[in-house]
Amino acid sequence: MNVLVCVKQIPDPNAPGKLDPQTKRLVREGVDLVLDPGDEHGVEAGLQLVEKDAGEVTVISMGPPKAVDAIRRALAMGAHRGILITDTGLENSDAISTARAIAAAIKGQSYDLIICGTESTDGSSGAVPAQLAELLGLPLLSFAKKLEVAQGKAVIDRQTDDGYDVVEAPLPSIVTVTGGINEARYPALRGIMQAKNKEVKQVGLSDIGLEGQAGKAALTQEVVDATPAEARKAGEVVEDKGEGAKRVADFLKALKVI
Amino acid sequence: MAGVWVFAETVDGVPKPVVLELLTKARSLGDAAAIALGPGASKSAATLGRYGASKVYVHEDPAFREVLATPAVDLLARLVEKDQPDLVIFGMTYEGRDVASRLSARLGSALIANATDVTKRDGGWAIVSPMFGGSLLVTTVPKTKGPTLVLIRPKAVAAEPASAAGAPEVRTLTDPVDTSKPVARVLRRETEKASGPKLEDATIIVSGGRGLGAPENFKMLDELAAELGAAVGASRAVVDAGWKPYSFQIGQTGKTVKPTVYIALGISGAMQHTVGMKGARTIIAINKDPDAPIFKLADLGVVGDVHKIVPQLIQEVRSRKGK
Repeated sequence: MNVLVCVKQIPDPNAPGKLDPQTKRLVREGVDLVLDPGDEHGVEAGLQLVEKDAGEVTVISMGPPKAVDAIRRALAMGAHRGILITDTGLENSDAISTARAIAAAIKGQSYDLIICGTESTDGSSGAVPAQLAELLGLPLLSFAKKLEVAQGKAVIDRQTDDGYDVVEAPLPSIVTVTGGINEARYPALRGIMQAKNKEVKQVGLSDIGLEGQAGKAALTQEVVDATPAEARKAGEVVEDKGEGAKRVADFLKALKVI
Repeated sequence: MAGVWVFAETVDGVPKPVVLELLTKARSLGDAAAIALGPGASKSAATLGRYGASKVYVHEDPAFREVLATPAVDLLARLVEKDQPDLVIFGMTYEGRDVASRLSARLGSALIANATDVTKRDGGWAIVSPMFGGSLLVTTVPKTKGPTLVLIRPKAVAAEPASAAGAPEVRTLTDPVDTSKPVARVLRRETEKASGPKLEDATIIVSGGRGLGAPENFKMLDELAAELGAAVGASRAVVDAGWKPYSFQIGQTGKTVKPTVYIALGISGAMQHTVGMKGARTIIAINKDPDAPIFKLADLGVVGDVHKIVPQLIQEVRSRKGK
């Protein structure tokens, strides 16, 4: 079974994000860039499937040339090869352009399963997987906290507001995984060494036949304004010297909730 | 007047709370219509009308409930082409996200997610979404022809019935639903029962994070919640670690809540979490790290050990209730 995992390189989510006031785009300079932690679960899910069965995990990403580092991280975890879609024409792409580029880049190749995170940790619109499913005409099994593949079908436990639904789709299909689906492995030194020799194919807009149809040339929307939200004012912070619980109870009493 | 459609998720004829919020917004922007799909959909028409839908499209086929997204996308794409709305709004829910995203790819429409507000601007729309945990508000305008699709976060708008709502015009649709293509089909539904009030409706929420140290320590939260009549919530770290089911999760990828009092216990206050709870009227935080970002939001912060303070707090609450 062959699995394609979509990944994204993002600014370290533990560092506060910034927008460039001029371009209204995420500032990527001077910030550590990492493989989106949500995508590590996607890579892990793919690896577990091929380890149980056979086959390969291909990792695909779109981004600037240095996004290859995020792919290398997935390769160090054990993925077999990578594809990086990179082109200055793709800067500032919105979700649908990203979905189009991925769909075009994998055209003609066959995968049993495509795995994505439910959403990126930085942009968090979560639109790309469903858009990709639509462009490829595949079923989407979204918000999986459990995934099993057998007899040509994928079955997931799909999160709901008050529990989960068991949902099934025939292969090939697309699955989005939540952070709860697995514990992502940490790359071993051996994996990191091996990753250096694994193939990462770089493709641009002309290679995938999308010139003028994605990225800057096909924006569906534009950010026109970005302003700091009104911040909540911090109240009183006290150190607990044995009176902490009493302070909280007094506070609750003053709020008339007890 | 602009045609503004609302994707009205209903369960057995009852609209989800977010739908009434969306209709409240929709009717302020133009002529509001609702699309209700699945068994019992027609029963929801009266409620949808009360919140401002002048027209309700209903289709009762069970496939809308049994098959994820695709039947709804097929129908919406046909309706949009025929009746040409200017704006279609969805709740930022599991179903809403899947349907809106697929539909945007089908129609080539602009899709703006995570929105908290939509206004009219220069004959089109301006959509506000929070970024970076709500520290920044970004305004986006669509650049495409045809309808703009917007996903609005639950609790972003307060639901209010329309003052002069008449009975809506109901359009009952019966077009066949195509499920011959490969689809994702629901085999069964499992509910994880939580005691006490629902998170979305609770006046008080007691919420736990990684600082609790171990899953069994949630027991003291349950006890405190029971004393306060509160609901129990959790941070993503705790849910990802499997300590609590996903239905407890508050934040960007979980629920958005707006209680009167939010008590954060052992929660550091990552932006992923605070985006879902910073709308609380009052925030109380207990955390051992004085530099935890949650203290920047809290009305009352206590730097200390939750394992010590929470049991004491339960006793304090009990003694005050007794008076």
